[in-house]
Amino acid sequence: MENLISRYRNLTILAVLLFGQVLGLAIQVKRSGENTSTRLIRVWAVDMVTPLEKGIVSLEAGVGGLWHNYFYLRGVRQENRELKEKIQQMEIERVRLNEDAEQARRLQELLGFKEQFIAKTVAAQVIGSSGSEQSRSIYIDKGSRDGIKPDMAVITADGIVGKVLRAFKSTSQVLLINDQTSGVGAVLEKSRLQGVLRGTPAGEVVLEKVMTDETVQPGEKLLTSGGDQIFPKGLPLGTISKVSPGPDLFLNIRIKPSAQLSKLEEVLVITQEEQREPVSADTQRVRAADILAQRLPSVPPKPAMPSIGPKVASTTTAAPGGSAAASAPEPGGAVTVTQKAVVKPANVQKPATVPVKVAPGAANEASDSGVAPAKSGAPPVQPTNQPAVPPSQPQDQPQ
Amino acid sequence: MPITYTSNEQIEVYRFSLPAAILIPLLAVFLQAFVPLRLHFFSIFDLPLLVVIFFAVARRSQVSGMLTGAVIGILQDALTPSMPIGVFGIANTVVGYGASSLGVKLDVENTVSRLLVTLFFFGVHEVVYFSIARGLVGLTLNWSWGHELGSAFANAVVAVGMFAVLDKFKQRT
Repeated sequence: MENLISRYRNLTILAVLLFGQVLGLAIQVKRSGENTSTRLIRVWAVDMVTPLEKGIVSLEAGVGGLWHNYFYLRGVRQENRELKEKIQQMEIERVRLNEDAEQARRLQELLGFKEQFIAKTVAAQVIGSSGSEQSRSIYIDKGSRDGIKPDMAVITADGIVGKVLRAFKSTSQVLLINDQTSGVGAVLEKSRLQGVLRGTPAGEVVLEKVMTDETVQPGEKLLTSGGDQIFPKGLPLGTISKVSPGPDLFLNIRIKPSAQLSKLEEVLVITQEEQREPVSADTQRVRAADILAQRLPSVPPKPAMPSIGPKVASTTTAAPGGSAAASAPEPGGAVTVTQKAVVKPANVQKPATVPVKVAPGAANEASDSGVAPAKSGAPPVQPTNQPAVPPSQPQDQPQ
Repeated sequence: MPITYTSNEQIEVYRFSLPAAILIPLLAVFLQAFVPLRLHFFSIFDLPLLVVIFFAVARRSQVSGMLTGAVIGILQDALTPSMPIGVFGIANTVVGYGASSLGVKLDVENTVSRLLVTLFFFGVHEVVYFSIARGLVGLTLNWSWGHELGSAFANAVVAVGMFAVLDKFKQRT
């Protein structure tokens, strides 16, 4: 036996080397997820290669900056003029979008929706790639000491790039969305169809899990759905470039990514997201009781009718507390209840009150809950989640 | 010039200084990771594999060849996040062993033999790599003959130039 091993020494070493690696591979494949056993090897490899990459990238940036900022300034005046014009156009667009956003926030506030906000990002420079055609990943020059953790979303101004797979001390590995092991929850912008965005072995991006009976048009934009708990909802993913029937019941939808994945230089890592109820920019501080009162059903505002007697006052009066208040019983047995008529949207700073007639005995209940009883002779009570005055006329509202 | 050796006396075995033996593979891995960011087509090259072939045929030692292949392959694996460590390792070990075995029998100093050796071992590498990635790891990889042949020729052409440069680091034993 000893003779045999010494005779075939090289083959024996080859067999041992291959067996060891196959065994290691099998262990890694069996243990899905983060392999702590191989983490050290990866850290060493990254520590060996990335300092050089960082050095070259910063040298390149320095030389490039010197050239572009001090020497190569041809056409800068023309570009400056164009940019100024563009800023003006964008300013107009911004005002319009602000209005829309405010309106959306108000509606979300009324419905008690929560919004996801990108609270904090870290800018990072791309310093390397995996170098393999089968694996689409990049290295960035920020790591755990900059607050980067695995599974953080990586984006550019154009759209989603990928997610942090591993965070080392000063560098991180980012798995791109066109890698075949990547998956992103996606939704089509117009049709709101949901699917899963995946990479292919050839480095393309496809949308999976959309049934063949759905209508999907090339050119439609694709956004993140937020369902994967990694990427915030509503960020651009790409545009549909080709739709064809797939092998199963699903469509084969090819996507052109919004971010230029093969030409990445700088990226943003979303290090903090917040989930909070949207608050309109011009909302003043309100009491909890007011918010509660706003969410309870109440009476819609009555149109101004000056001919009606003084008991049913048609004029709206401001009630600082916003809660319902009952006045003294009238001889006819009716009680005038001043009740909040509108839920305060962003532009309505203080809720208005409208007197409503209700039956005796119901006054206390009404005054406690702010809900007009159904037995009253007054018009049927409707939940009034509508602003009394359109938001476009904020100056008319009582402050 | 005869391609095969007739006696062991004709075989020239080279060695490399320690800095060259460490820095050349590192540089190859670095370039493989960095250059495709700027030149996307560069990812069809496999510089670490070419370095494995070069060291294996120059040293003409099977043990040294397979160890070089294993180390460089594992380094490549470590930089490939979505792959378990060992896929490149196994493929490069096989190539290192094969190239050094061939180096003992063939003259790999001339351009034509270098071109053919690189073509052959690039093919071996791809076959082993795809087999492991599909069979053991369960990855879905597309084998395209056109792409593989194109890559093999491109790597062979680059290898001829690269080996000529790396010859400067050879030291006679």
